[in-house]
Amino acid sequence: MAHTSSLEPTAQRPDGLRGVVADWSSDQRTFKNVSWGKAMIWVFLLSDIFVFGCFLLSYMSARMSTVVPWPNPSEVFALHLFGADIPLILIAIMTFVLISSSGTMALAVTYGYRGDRVMTARLLRLTALIGASFVAMQAFEWSKLIAEGVRPWGNPWGAAQFGATFFMITGFHGTHVTIGVLFLLNIARKVRRGDYDTGRRGFFTSRKGNYESVEIMGLYWHFVDLVWVFIFAFFYLW
Amino acid sequence: MAHVSTDIADGSHASSGIEAAPVQAGHQQPPIKVYLMVWGLLFVLSLFSYLVDYVGLQGGLRWTLILIFMLAKAGLIMAIFMHLAWERLALSLVILLPPIALMVFVAIMASESDYVVWTRETFFSIIK
Repeated sequence: MAHTSSLEPTAQRPDGLRGVVADWSSDQRTFKNVSWGKAMIWVFLLSDIFVFGCFLLSYMSARMSTVVPWPNPSEVFALHLFGADIPLILIAIMTFVLISSSGTMALAVTYGYRGDRVMTARLLRLTALIGASFVAMQAFEWSKLIAEGVRPWGNPWGAAQFGATFFMITGFHGTHVTIGVLFLLNIARKVRRGDYDTGRRGFFTSRKGNYESVEIMGLYWHFVDLVWVFIFAFFYLW
Repeated sequence: MAHVSTDIADGSHASSGIEAAPVQAGHQQPPIKVYLMVWGLLFVLSLFSYLVDYVGLQGGLRWTLILIFMLAKAGLIMAIFMHLAWERLALSLVILLPPIALMVFVAIMASESDYVVWTRETFFSIIK
């Protein structure tokens, strides 16, 4: 197996733009102090940026080019609570929930690098639990809208494209959260069992892992939160 | 599989070199206090952007505020939670520059959508 995993010391390398030129110059490894795993998750996330970017872009085009008024998200996503219609309240709660899961994830990464196995596993499970509750709230939101007659091809309030873009964008995001929850539980199990301390080999990869897996998991999870920031701004608030 | 242990050794080397080069160490972790502060800030920014809708601001002010809060939240998540503030610029630019292509795409499609809505308003109304 090729020896590609050594990280190069960067203390002597120039910073800033000069460093960019130095790092990208030929016949060397570009990402000096980044493992292949971290470089690859960033490449994956970049491709995901384009996927969600194109979804939001097609949403913009549909909304800008329709002559039928766009349904008002503030009213569509209102919940009737305590005797009044509170606009967007479920979406606001979902936003806070997802940010909190990002917070617990960041702490999990920190405790992972400290080698605190139990605390890391606990925080990862907590992150997964909060993520699952986000998916549950989204399922509630979907069923409510479907019951009210929203379909990908039409809805009672206005432009027909509303349903198509809504189900596509939030559905794809919800899928990301769901997959993230499954991976979180898997990493939590490995951490809890001490795989990264004992050097137990992975089931699929037959390779020994280390606590960087927690950070890589974290990068994915924070990205899911990041995408929600844009969906919240453009789809729900705009 | 000797290289795996090398990997771990290098990782610990990187974190033990924090004193020498805090910005460049591979596993540099900010103190937990920083994470909690960012967490709180994200809550406050989300609350503000929710209030934009709750108060019912409209027009240019609404869109500007939404964008400001959105970019502030995205920046915090990427810089602190995703550690981009501690990565070398060579990696950060790989992630931050390509979305500019998306901005160009947005500009193209905005102009295209303007044209489409013009054709619809002009010719659909004739058929009616």
